[in-house]
Amino acid sequence: MLLMAIVWTVMTPRLLRSVVGLAAVSVILSMIMFYMDSPLAAVFELSVCAGLIPVIFFTTISFTQRVGQEELIERKKIIFRQYVYLPIILAVVAVVMLLSKPVVDFVFPTAPVVQDVRKVLWDDRHLDLLGQIIIILAGALGIVALFKETKK
Amino acid sequence: MPSLLILLPLAVLVIFNLPLGMAMRRLYYWIVATVLVAQGFFVAVTPFFDWKALNDPLAMFFEYKLSIDAFSLIMLFIIALVASVSLQVARYTIEPGRKTEGFINLLLVTVIGMNAIVMANGIFSLYVFVEVVAVSSFILIAMNKSKFAMEGAFKYLILSAVASVMILFAIAILFFISGDTSFSSVQSAAKVQAASAYVKIAMMLLIAGLFIKSGIVPFHGWLPDAYTESQAPVSVLLAGIVTKTVGVYALIRLMYYVFGMSPAAQKILMFAGALSIVVGALAAITQKNFKKMLAYSSVSQMGYIILALGCGTTMAIIGAVFHLLNHAIFKSLLFVNSASVEKSLGTVDMEKMGGLGQKMPVTGFTSVIAFLSTAGIPPLSGFWSKLIIITALWTAGNTGYAALALVSSIITLGYFLSMQSMAFFGQVRNGLEDVKESGMGLAIPQAILAIVTIGIGLLFPVIYNLFLMPLGNILR
Repeated sequence: MLLMAIVWTVMTPRLLRSVVGLAAVSVILSMIMFYMDSPLAAVFELSVCAGLIPVIFFTTISFTQRVGQEELIERKKIIFRQYVYLPIILAVVAVVMLLSKPVVDFVFPTAPVVQDVRKVLWDDRHLDLLGQIIIILAGALGIVALFKETKK
Repeated sequence: MPSLLILLPLAVLVIFNLPLGMAMRRLYYWIVATVLVAQGFFVAVTPFFDWKALNDPLAMFFEYKLSIDAFSLIMLFIIALVASVSLQVARYTIEPGRKTEGFINLLLVTVIGMNAIVMANGIFSLYVFVEVVAVSSFILIAMNKSKFAMEGAFKYLILSAVASVMILFAIAILFFISGDTSFSSVQSAAKVQAASAYVKIAMMLLIAGLFIKSGIVPFHGWLPDAYTESQAPVSVLLAGIVTKTVGVYALIRLMYYVFGMSPAAQKILMFAGALSIVVGALAAITQKNFKKMLAYSSVSQMGYIILALGCGTTMAIIGAVFHLLNHAIFKSLLFVNSASVEKSLGTVDMEKMGGLGQKMPVTGFTSVIAFLSTAGIPPLSGFWSKLIIITALWTAGNTGYAALALVSSIITLGYFLSMQSMAFFGQVRNGLEDVKESGMGLAIPQAILAIVTIGIGLLFPVIYNLFLMPLGNILR
């Protein structure tokens, strides 16, 4: 289901449908995260990636103009030409992977001391948190630098 | 005190984005210039005054884990130098007002990100700040707002996102193996689990991701467009330091400090390095656009660094880091040369140039210094780093790669001579009789970078003893 939603998100020529596809991907991913006993990650995925981000995309798309029918057909043709060989390539890769025997041992090694991922990624990491704040700040400064001039 | 290298630029950035009066806004350039010069000064005097050991007053508020060694010091110096030059170029090439302020804002974000990368002591911190630099770089490239600049920014955005996914996936694997993300924990776990397929997969993902960020062949598709189509100060910043910090520095740090080099990784690095040297040099020969030729030349020179890194001997690593330092300086100088020419002529098409050396003596002379250093002509800085790299390759038994590096150096000399003959040498082209030097604003950074290029070459023994020798102990 996740793969189908991803392919649809990338392939659809309509931006709005693509955003709906993105939200669907996030919802399915959240369900997988719940299933894998990661409720915190699932809640974040659901609230931010399935909730907040599509809203921002919808707002942005509302400022753009609708594509005409002829252009839409042309875009569909381009997408078809670009991706027509993709299923064949994926099928060949899958067959090769199934037929080839792994030459290395894929047993996952265990960590010497297993810490809670939340503790490692949040509690002990003021520097990373600062970095994440700076990324958001850079985005805001970028919007001002790129779009304020255009408006003028 | 290391935290000040992040927090001080951040404080300046925040304060000067508050609604201030015009008088305060005019100070922005000078305050940022002071911060960058202070960074360069303190780093340069570290062998005589250990400022790192001073008490950090901010440590009581924030729990920072930063570390500075000899390699970090070299990087911090280059960051300060190249960012200062980029700031100066911006002052004379970007129209004053909001555009310049927008550039300075993003320059500060980039400097904060790069300073944090070279002081980070964990793979996740490294990744977060690589993203800080990437986000500000996309915007800086796009600030030119031309169709091609947008295309360059978009290509960088897409390829950088692919690289980020690879790096993040590798970090996830390493976290599960080591239980932590600090360099020391990952190093211990990687040593114990050296034979594990997952450690190898993580290493390969990191190498591929960082190759994309560095613009190494065959992942260099974004680099020529990004360097060529961005504004002059952005080209200086990207070519001078950004790709080196987010790509090459991170690669050296992870491969030597964290993983330790395996024979397979060495082969990959050496092959990719050699491929970059050849492809970059051959592509540069055919270019008529000044900036595009410099971009492909960067791909080629980055190849030398990766080739030396793959060789893996102490001498080769010292050569790699030294060439990184030298390339940052002489490539910045060449991009300032191109900015100067663009400002005077309004074009970077070399077919429209000719005899500019007579009309623009500072630009002409400093470009000769830069190209001779790039080609490895003694006694300039590039000669020493290439000599170390080629000697290290030869003594390690990689004679084929050593010969290739030597031959490519001759190709480098060839395309730069071609550039000089088209742009600067000979008779002044018709219609260019009234062309003048672009002004002191660009002449000063060109002169400073040329002096540094000559100075490093002449003071090589001092530089080697004070800054390069300690690298051997750290990285092995």
